[in-house]
Amino acid sequence: MPSLGADMEAGTLVQWLVKPGAQVKHGDIIAVVETQKGAIEIETFESGQIEKFLVDVGTKVPVGTPLALIRTEGEAKPAAPPAPPPKAAPAAPPKAAAPPARPPGPTLAPPVAAGARASPAARKLAEERGIDLSTVTGSGPAGAITYADVETRVGAAGAPAAAPEKKRAPALNLDAMRTAIAAAMARSKREIPHYYLEHQVDVTACEQWLTQKNAALPPDSRLLIGALALRAVAFACRRFPAFNGFYRENKFEPSAAVHTGVAIAIRGGGLTAPALHDADKLALDDLMARMRDLIQRTRAGRIRGSELSDPTITVSSLGERGVEALYGVIYPPQVAIVGFGKVVTRPWVIDGAIGPRSVVTITLAADHRVSDGHAGALFLAEIGKLLQEPDKL
Amino acid sequence: MSDIDIRKVVAEELNNIAPEVDMASVDPAADLREAIDIDSMDFLNFITAIHGRLGVDIPEIDYPKLVTLDGAVAYLTAHLKSA
Repeated sequence: MPSLGADMEAGTLVQWLVKPGAQVKHGDIIAVVETQKGAIEIETFESGQIEKFLVDVGTKVPVGTPLALIRTEGEAKPAAPPAPPPKAAPAAPPKAAAPPARPPGPTLAPPVAAGARASPAARKLAEERGIDLSTVTGSGPAGAITYADVETRVGAAGAPAAAPEKKRAPALNLDAMRTAIAAAMARSKREIPHYYLEHQVDVTACEQWLTQKNAALPPDSRLLIGALALRAVAFACRRFPAFNGFYRENKFEPSAAVHTGVAIAIRGGGLTAPALHDADKLALDDLMARMRDLIQRTRAGRIRGSELSDPTITVSSLGERGVEALYGVIYPPQVAIVGFGKVVTRPWVIDGAIGPRSVVTITLAADHRVSDGHAGALFLAEIGKLLQEPDKL
Repeated sequence: MSDIDIRKVVAEELNNIAPEVDMASVDPAADLREAIDIDSMDFLNFITAIHGRLGVDIPEIDYPKLVTLDGAVAYLTAHLKSA
């Protein structure tokens, strides 16, 4: 069970996306895990063959618990069976009347979950309808509860007919997300001595460049100014490593890779900032495509584990309808967050004459244990300078 | 395609972005960005979806004409007729 954030202690395995015997390689998505931040897709960090699963679907286990055994290429079949994972906390169904657990298979060492086996879709529907899964009879493989089973139960309970698919609430549990945000932000304010800077930047050149570029592009290839902002921050991180990395165990570990966390608002009131990997290395078009994909998946509740666990700096923007400046709270163990306000038209002096220009306020909240205002000012100035030449981003 | 059909397509695509909104209750003259809380990425996804479904080319410079329900329907009706 990977750690998907400093505040995560345990996660519930909700689905395997591979079967025992399957060949997997580093980066493949193999399972879905339920955390406070919603359902997260888990990637494997090993390549090889899935020898067997060590944790049952529906089981809540602490971070660090092995989920599966993967035999790497060239590795002999293990002589001794692997140690069972640390004691698994059974998933706690809200009601006491849990069904009898599935009998453990002959080779299954870990304790079996008390929770009902159910598909993620079935779980979502049950949660939305307030149905206790332990009261649903499963008709799927090994008695697993399917979406249809929950629908039948909904009908039997005389609950209102299911609303059309599109009207359903998002897949994310916003209350749990709020708890996770509260824990991370409280820790940040407790532990990180923040300092704040702001810098106003003329982004007229960016707007003109985007207008020209987008005029020739179909909608699915068009760029947003947010992609330029992300890129400028990523480039600036390469020159100013004191803002890109992690503060852990009383020391700063700069990161060679730049994985910008993108703060994404969730409809209905939620926030998460998954990583856009290698934002300094991708071509700008790819960066935009990845940002689009990341935002869509995040809002649909389909984030990948690595995206949650490894952002090296966060970029937050409140969009074109928001405010002119925002002062971020650093997401630990990161050491900086850059905020972009909305672009506004302001009188500006250029070459001794006043004219209307598009101006954005860029802010930095950074960790005083790692850097000082002087370095922060240079970092912000670098971002501003990079935005003057959008064609080089 | 009738005015009513176009309105239906627009409402459907906006609902894909904002599933919890009852589009029938949205003021057709209100700025959608405010009325249903959509950001620039949502709006770009909306334009992309409309472009895909109706084949209408919507240059960026015309975006302001599509920020209300009525505006979007009028714009798309005019462009589908001229096509």
